[in-house]
Amino acid sequence: MVSSATSLTGNGLRDWLYQRVSALVLAVYTLFIMGFIMTRSMDYAAWVGLFHHTGVKIFSVLAALSLLVHAWVGVWTILTDYIKMASLRLSLEIVVILALLFYFIWAIIIVWSV
Amino acid sequence: MSEALRTVSFKIYRFNPEVDLKPFMKEYQLSIPKDKDMMLLEAIMRIKALDDTLAFRRSCREGVCGSDGMNINGRNGLACITLLSALKEPIEIRPLPGLPVIRDLIVDMSAFYAQYEKVKPYLINKDPVPAKERLQSPADRKKLDGLYECILCACCSTSCPSFWWNPEKFIGPAGLLQAYRFIVDSRDTAKSERLEALSDPFSVFRCRGVMNCVDVCPKGLNPTRAIGQIRSELLAEGG
Repeated sequence: MVSSATSLTGNGLRDWLYQRVSALVLAVYTLFIMGFIMTRSMDYAAWVGLFHHTGVKIFSVLAALSLLVHAWVGVWTILTDYIKMASLRLSLEIVVILALLFYFIWAIIIVWSV
Repeated sequence: MSEALRTVSFKIYRFNPEVDLKPFMKEYQLSIPKDKDMMLLEAIMRIKALDDTLAFRRSCREGVCGSDGMNINGRNGLACITLLSALKEPIEIRPLPGLPVIRDLIVDMSAFYAQYEKVKPYLINKDPVPAKERLQSPADRKKLDGLYECILCACCSTSCPSFWWNPEKFIGPAGLLQAYRFIVDSRDTAKSERLEALSDPFSVFRCRGVMNCVDVCPKGLNPTRAIGQIRSELLAEGG
């Protein structure tokens, strides 16, 4: 058993599951948005209309949350693979976490302002 | 009557920490009878007869002991079961990657064995010892096929990038193949404890499915499949 304080859940199976489930959410969301773009005439009114639906807002926030979770598991793996200096690795991890949280909160604000 | 000869060229990694400041590749030319093939190990032993400073490990010379794992033309394998005729010249031979070099082709396997030891590679059974032996049905015995054959040559783990980056945290393909060999054994009663010990984010889950292990295994085993089966067991237990 190798302990790890900075992984998403501290448990390998849980991290792995979260990454896969979030990938699924992101894939469906991407298909949904792509489908909308390709089948409708893209103008401002159509775009605003889409995001007026509460369901789309919830789906968008869920996609942003999935991105946060997915990116953290992935980036954490890369950082623990390649950055061997603990102080540098921890600093980079903090920068990435703060950036991801910032983007997540920003995404909520944007989606709910429509 | 003199035999017709042909020359085979080699480039072999040399490093003797007592003499050399850094490793270098040394070229060798070996004359062998024309129309005669041989295993790479035989050729290396003939080179050693010409230059006895060359150091390497070998023992059974038939792919059973796992001593002569080395990097042959960029690919890990056992010299004793690799045909000379199958190799492009000059044949480049290096020690197994990712482990500290002791000398020439000899690497320090401590990190590899430490990971093997972690998976408790022996039967654990809390039930009373039977009068004769612990029986196993042919179907249960069959589950060990493709797992028990591992000879611990380390060709797989030393070709795995995840093992290169985290040799002290990631068990590696060889250790995980053995871990599954005991998890799936019907005579073992420590399945839950074994799985619990592997549930952290490094031991099993640092495997990114590169499959270099499957590509190089000289015994044709599939550690990636075993790792997938450990994941499934973890999922069944804790999912």
